[in-house]
Amino acid sequence: MDPQAYIVMSAILFSIALLGVMIRRNVLIVFMCIELMLNASNLALVTFSRMHGSLDGQIAAFFVMVVAAAEVVVGLAIIVTIYRTRRSASVDDANLLKF
Amino acid sequence: MTPLEVTQATGLFSLSWLLIAIPGVIAALLLVAGKVSNPWGHILATLAPIASFVLALLLFLQLLGRGVGDRSVNLKLYDWIAVGNWHIEAGLQIDQLSIIFALLITSVGSLIHIYSIGYMAHDPNRRRFFAYLNLFIAAMLLLVLANNYFALFVGWEGVGLASYLLIGFWQDRPTAATAAKKAFVVNRVGDLGMSVGIAFMLYLFGSVQFSDVNAGAANMTFTQATILGLLLLLGACGKSAQVPLQSWLLDAMEGPTPVSALIHAATMVTAGVYLIVRSHAIFAQTETAALVVSIIGTVTLLAGAWIGCSKDDIKKVLAGSTMSQIGYMMLAAGIGPAGYAFAIFHLVNHGFFKANMFLGAGSVMHATDDDVNMRHYGALRKALPITFVTFGMGYLAIIGFPFLSGYFSKDHIVEAAFDRSWILGVLALIGAGVTAFYMTRLMIMTWFGRDRYADGVHPHESPLIMTVPLILLAIGSVFAGLLLNDWIGGWLDPAVGGQSGHSGIFDFSLIGGITLPVVAIGVVIAILIFGRGRQIPVEQPASRSPFTLAGRNDLYGDAINEAVFMRPGIGLVEGVTKTDTGGVDGAILGVSGIIAGVGARLRRWQSGFVRSYALTMIAGAFLVGIVVVLGRLA
Repeated sequence: MDPQAYIVMSAILFSIALLGVMIRRNVLIVFMCIELMLNASNLALVTFSRMHGSLDGQIAAFFVMVVAAAEVVVGLAIIVTIYRTRRSASVDDANLLKF
Repeated sequence: MTPLEVTQATGLFSLSWLLIAIPGVIAALLLVAGKVSNPWGHILATLAPIASFVLALLLFLQLLGRGVGDRSVNLKLYDWIAVGNWHIEAGLQIDQLSIIFALLITSVGSLIHIYSIGYMAHDPNRRRFFAYLNLFIAAMLLLVLANNYFALFVGWEGVGLASYLLIGFWQDRPTAATAAKKAFVVNRVGDLGMSVGIAFMLYLFGSVQFSDVNAGAANMTFTQATILGLLLLLGACGKSAQVPLQSWLLDAMEGPTPVSALIHAATMVTAGVYLIVRSHAIFAQTETAALVVSIIGTVTLLAGAWIGCSKDDIKKVLAGSTMSQIGYMMLAAGIGPAGYAFAIFHLVNHGFFKANMFLGAGSVMHATDDDVNMRHYGALRKALPITFVTFGMGYLAIIGFPFLSGYFSKDHIVEAAFDRSWILGVLALIGAGVTAFYMTRLMIMTWFGRDRYADGVHPHESPLIMTVPLILLAIGSVFAGLLLNDWIGGWLDPAVGGQSGHSGIFDFSLIGGITLPVVAIGVVIAILIFGRGRQIPVEQPASRSPFTLAGRNDLYGDAINEAVFMRPGIGLVEGVTKTDTGGVDGAILGVSGIIAGVGARLRRWQSGFVRSYALTMIAGAFLVGIVVVLGRLA
């Protein structure tokens, strides 16, 4: 199979996720979109690894997974805490940290 | 003149550092020990200069026993500073000049210590006073015994410090505190000349030791010698209260009277003369600087006499007289080889008779509840017979009554001044006449006439502990000239490169013949104005004579300093302040204002909306991506 298809697939997934981050207000959706962006880049990394015949990309993908797992732990905790205090899951409501 | 042979110290001479160490250690001890030493501090402090005097006397006797060539003894203490090619050792030089000074300082110093025990008896801070006096003795001995200009300078600053502390001894009096500060500041001006001069010496000779400087002096160019001479003269002017740095001495009379006697009459203020005489090799190379020394001496001797004529404060009259007499010494020192020995001769005599008169004035103040105004005295000779007689001896000595000490030394100086230039000679002669006038005025106002003291003042003779030093100093004033006249020239000449003409006690010269009538005229005028039958008003009468007004205002020395230095100084400082607030601060504050303004606008970007941050980030990432791609393509 043509590896380029995977790259295209990865780009499409990334673009969807990007749009989701920008236009959705629900914090959980935004969070999932971020996860999607990470996985889209993982897919690109693994594909590049395959195309160049080296393992570097696959190793990088493992690192991204580890980071993503850590990020989920911290991020979900933050989201839950914000929801508990502010009774809202909208990213636009958490706007106290500003000028 | 044969070059100086410098022999290394052996035997007793290797102990000569004790001269300085004894009073120095005791000063430190009294200051550190505090109140514990109150009961015995003054006695210990009085023993210190006496011990130094005994040691100095022994050293002097040893020097007397040596041949002329061996009389300059060098004692190396330790290597002080060794940097590159400069090796400065801390050392002492005991020779004909320094031993005379050491004897004068320790003998007059001891007597004044003894006197102070009585004078300061009721002062709660007597111990501190004695500690400072000892500090002064130590610093002054270091000044005259040092074998190089660096160590001399340490002593020079030490006596300045002691002078400052003692002028301001009664710190609770604002006038005393101000006078102390003034003395300190004016002396700094002189010290500037001194320290630049020492630096110049290091540059020229690579050494500041007297022997090296004297040896190298002959190789200086005329310009170098003149600059160096004038720098040293500036230092001497500051310490010796010579015009134009004279203004501090009159105010220095705020200190306790023994201090005025010891520091501001007998010893410290003569340090400038010592410096000039010690640097004779430099002045030998430069007619100009030497002439300036003489001119400054002449101007000061007239200025001091002028002030002395118009003051009513007994201590200020004596202070004016001190300026005037040091002017004579400076005049003699500037004359060169023919005058050095006379300068020192007059210095020693002056040390005795002026200390005597100052202590006498202190005794009078003691008797009249610390009143210094001579208009409130009068007829004190009956109440204070001993002080009157001793003071009278000092008076006769200073005006140059035949065969008293001032007669010999002042006549020599006037004579030498005539040999140098008739203008200097005539001015010195006029000075002698004026000296006789104002001293006679002081005598009449204090001791004769009708009593004018306030009700409730009961003058009484001072205790023995004060009168005995007076008697000893009076004996010194009477006989010092007679004893030293034939001897001191021959003794000092090898050390100072001098060629003083020998004159016996009964050698009468033409000039000496003129001086006596001039002095007599001064005395007679004073008697006619202030003497029998004349009323001396208790209040100072208003005067419109510009001469009197100038004299009462110290010849406007303070006004001149204020107009020439203080006002422009303030103007300069104000200008600098304006530049600072307007220019420097303006630039800094302007820049910070611009940055703050820009920041105030930029921070609006921090809107708190996470999605707009995300948009910014994505836009940024796109921008980076585009730049990378374009970079690849290019």
